[in-house]
Amino acid sequence: MKYADEFRDGGRAAALIAEIGRLLAQGAAARRRPVRIMEVCGGHTHAIFRYGIEGMLPDALELIHGPGCPVCVLPIGIVDDCVALAERPGVILATFGDAMRVPGSAKSLLQAKADGADVRMVYSPLDALALAHRNPEREIVFFAIGFETTMPATALTIRRAAAERIGNFSVFCNHITIVPAIKAVLDSPDMRLDGFLGPGHVAMVVGAAPFHFVAEYYRRPLVIAGFEPLDILQSIWMVVKQIAEGRCQVENQYARTVPERGNAAALRAVTDVYELREFFEWRGLGSIDHSGVRIRERYAAFDAARKFALPHARIADPRSCQCGEVLKGVIKPWQCKVFGSACTPDHPQGALMVSSEGACAAYYQYAGLRRSQAGAA
Amino acid sequence: MCLGIPGRIVALDDAEAALATVDVCGVQRQVNLLCVIDDEHPFDACLGDWVLVHVGFAMSRIDDAEAQRTLALLAELGDSDVG
Ligand code: SF4
Repeated sequence: MKYADEFRDGGRAAALIAEIGRLLAQGAAARRRPVRIMEVCGGHTHAIFRYGIEGMLPDALELIHGPGCPVCVLPIGIVDDCVALAERPGVILATFGDAMRVPGSAKSLLQAKADGADVRMVYSPLDALALAHRNPEREIVFFAIGFETTMPATALTIRRAAAERIGNFSVFCNHITIVPAIKAVLDSPDMRLDGFLGPGHVAMVVGAAPFHFVAEYYRRPLVIAGFEPLDILQSIWMVVKQIAEGRCQVENQYARTVPERGNAAALRAVTDVYELREFFEWRGLGSIDHSGVRIRERYAAFDAARKFALPHARIADPRSCQCGEVLKGVIKPWQCKVFGSACTPDHPQGALMVSSEGACAAYYQYAGLRRSQAGAA
Repeated sequence: MCLGIPGRIVALDDAEAALATVDVCGVQRQVNLLCVIDDEHPFDACLGDWVLVHVGFAMSRIDDAEAQRTLALLAELGDSDVG
């Protein structure tokens, strides 16, 4: 596959890893602990495990798997709202596959479906709009999640529905923005990070500018990274090189896809359809100011939160679950008390076990670590 | 969730709705081009473009010159290591 295979070459990977090791060795004596780099985006977490990148890296480097998986940070209360919507007579609830398995307080959307609710998996919000065309007697609700990458797709679908004057389509909007979450992670007192891999597909929409505060204010290097193995290794090398040279900059490794200024058309659609929420509740991280968007008044007819009465209950994360500590990189997934025992991909307790972009599911699937082994270590 | 896959535009289907067919690893599906077209690069000019596809929308036109630059940099690193 073009633009993929060229970025998977094993020889080049070995050269990069050697170079990363050489740079790390330079500053090792003064540092006395591994360099910690957070990959913010769940897509990177997934690729890192899929290609076994973590195991190839020198011990002097530690990757911390960040909060950038929209499924993993969905609060229980929102899943419950969704289940309530799905169980309303006449409603078809459409959403992405990953969102269906996130546990709510009583059930997930998948369980609601097994109990008789009409829940459909779609690939695109446009597929949900097509459902509305095909089922004029039903109410179609699209459960919208995702970061800036996904926001424009939902916004353009809402605009299309408005232009077509569709009356039986609405969106339960739970889009969130990654930048305030990076700030929350940097402000967290139990966190020591030396640099970041920036989320490539978010940057493709918003551009590089929103990440400058990381370098300028927090004095940490950030490299906007692609998703193939060589992209990730080259980005790690770029971060390590900045550290070795005492620089803090925002660099763009993924320039083939990420224009410096982002995507103007996508940003126009986003600004037209959404406004910032004062705060948004993240599973594991708590409330983060200005970290979510809602649908503007002018598109109120397509806003499921206005159209239907929702329970809007706020439900605390289960006590046994340590997703928040994993998300912040304070503990490794296998250090969670229920990892691999009460919490597995088939029976997830926390959302990090649901999606293959969640650190726990990624460890479970690819690292082959079970709690018994980890406990012995 | 933020997964994006490179694909090539192989047919222009509906100019009004900005829909085109994209080939992603031999699988064809319809995607919306609204985020990758403007006055300078209108819908009709998109045939053959490589784009990054995310949830049914083309979100970026892949810049081949930049891809080659990244690959050249990688090649350089590899060579300097051997030499
Ligand atoms: S093992 Fe399960 S409960 Fe524990 S942190 Fe991971 S997802 Fe959360």
